[in-house]
Amino acid sequence: MNSVKLHYDVPGDDFTRAGEASGCVKKMLKEIGFEPDIIRNVSIAMYEAEINMVIHAGGGRADVEITPDYIEVILSDDGPGIKDVELAMQEGYSTAPDNVRSLGFGAGMGLPNIKKYSDEMKIDTEINVGTTITLRFYLH
Amino acid sequence: MDQFFHSVRLDADKCKGCTNCIKRCPTEAIRVRAGKASIISERCIDCGECIRICPHHAKRAQTDPFNTILEYKYRIALPAPTLYGQFNNLEDVDYVLTAMKSLGFDDAFEVSAGAELISEATRVMMNSGELKRPVISSACPAVCRLIRVRFPKLISHVLPLTSPMEEAGRIAREEAVKKTGLKPEEIGVFFITPCPAKITASKSPICLDKSNINGAFAIKDLYPVLFQIMDKIEEPEPMKKSGLIGVSWAGSGGESAALIREQYLAADGIENVIKVLEQVEDEKLNDLDFIELNACSGGCVGGPLTVENPYVAKARIQKLRKYLPVSCNHLENGEVPDEMRWSKPLEGLSVLRLADNVIEAMTRLNELNEIHASLPGLDCGTCGAPSCRALAEDIVRGTASINDCVFRMGENMDKAERDSFMPAPFRSNTQEE
Repeated sequence: MNSVKLHYDVPGDDFTRAGEASGCVKKMLKEIGFEPDIIRNVSIAMYEAEINMVIHAGGGRADVEITPDYIEVILSDDGPGIKDVELAMQEGYSTAPDNVRSLGFGAGMGLPNIKKYSDEMKIDTEINVGTTITLRFYLH
Repeated sequence: MDQFFHSVRLDADKCKGCTNCIKRCPTEAIRVRAGKASIISERCIDCGECIRICPHHAKRAQTDPFNTILEYKYRIALPAPTLYGQFNNLEDVDYVLTAMKSLGFDDAFEVSAGAELISEATRVMMNSGELKRPVISSACPAVCRLIRVRFPKLISHVLPLTSPMEEAGRIAREEAVKKTGLKPEEIGVFFITPCPAKITASKSPICLDKSNINGAFAIKDLYPVLFQIMDKIEEPEPMKKSGLIGVSWAGSGGESAALIREQYLAADGIENVIKVLEQVEDEKLNDLDFIELNACSGGCVGGPLTVENPYVAKARIQKLRKYLPVSCNHLENGEVPDEMRWSKPLEGLSVLRLADNVIEAMTRLNELNEIHASLPGLDCGTCGAPSCRALAEDIVRGTASINDCVFRMGENMDKAERDSFMPAPFRSNTQEE
């Protein structure tokens, strides 16, 4: 089947580069010519997930598969894991440290926004092992 | 007029085929072919960055010949407020306006007067709640074109009002008709411009059926003559009709300040503008009411057709506006007339798409990524494209070949041959041997 596969390494603790991967993906989605709303959804959700990896997990990896029917984004890290996924999904809940909040991040909207802008969201997390978030966006 | 009319042109005789302009162009719209730069029309936004950077002065803005004014019975100059910042120790705007008359114009009408009306109309429309927030300014034509080609999703945020230039032109003509009894078409209205993008907007108007401007002259071309005339004026005529709000539009932040709102952002310089638009697109700036964007650093005072440094010009305008009233122009009954609104919508241009359908575009994107990965990643520009990725894109679009890359060509040579062919930094390390 026709698909575009992309891989990005997301560096940790470098806010100047946070958003690079989602920025590249946005550019390519525009080149393919998808509807602007789909591009916005992927771009916002992936950016939030990318930032989460930078803030909480010391970076990670992003794998993207673009097909004519759906776009799948898998973000995996080797970070501390999420203790209480249900709590983390609540708007405004954040464990981001103060120095990160002072940059304007850590408002506790990351995971809720990722859920809001994706069609499917799956979180696999294990304490002290890492977290993998799988997102799907359907094109039809 | 062709939707891809451009004011920015190449003077092929002067072009040496260097890589300065291809690297600077914010939309990757220039390639070097057969030793000369060539502009990809649908990508060019007329920002004029290439005019600024070209060391050989091979890029220029297409203005009108000055004797065009002779085709009209009554001639009006429309100076952009940026013009005032070009002159040292200018005490009064009236010196500039009076000098326009000696230049061959019958009258001068300030674009800043049109700007004050646009400011008031913006306030009215923002208060009425009819606009989608954040509202993005439509005053910089290079930004409008950038949004059309790269951020079509944001078109619905763009302020649907004409520009200060068009508004000033419309009123100037109306007033002249009343004053002289001539027909509208017998009156020539000429914009004195700081940038090529506004020339383009006067030939190929944004969201208007017909421009109110009959021709445009560059500030840098009129400056030397004006300077001499102004020196000889003893008592200028009282001609100025605008206040602090209108004149402040010359610098970045002037349009925003006139809205009397706190939640605004004013960005200038094309790279900053692009970054802000990316953030608006990702809905990161939803708490803002208004976004002012100027392609040139410093705002219009930084236009490529100006003479003075933008920050010096801005400082002069700050001094000059000190004794001006706040605003001298107001909407009748506080209502926005139809003539100030767009008569047709801003349309997106899909120049980024690699193919007309998604499947084909995905195939091409895969090819593009594969080719990109095989290129050296030096972005040297020797192939005529601004970056390795741009070359890969040209190859899948069928406008370039992989052999355009000197490094890929070198792969097929033996070491001695390659060393005699490659530039010094890329020859093999002889010290190792």
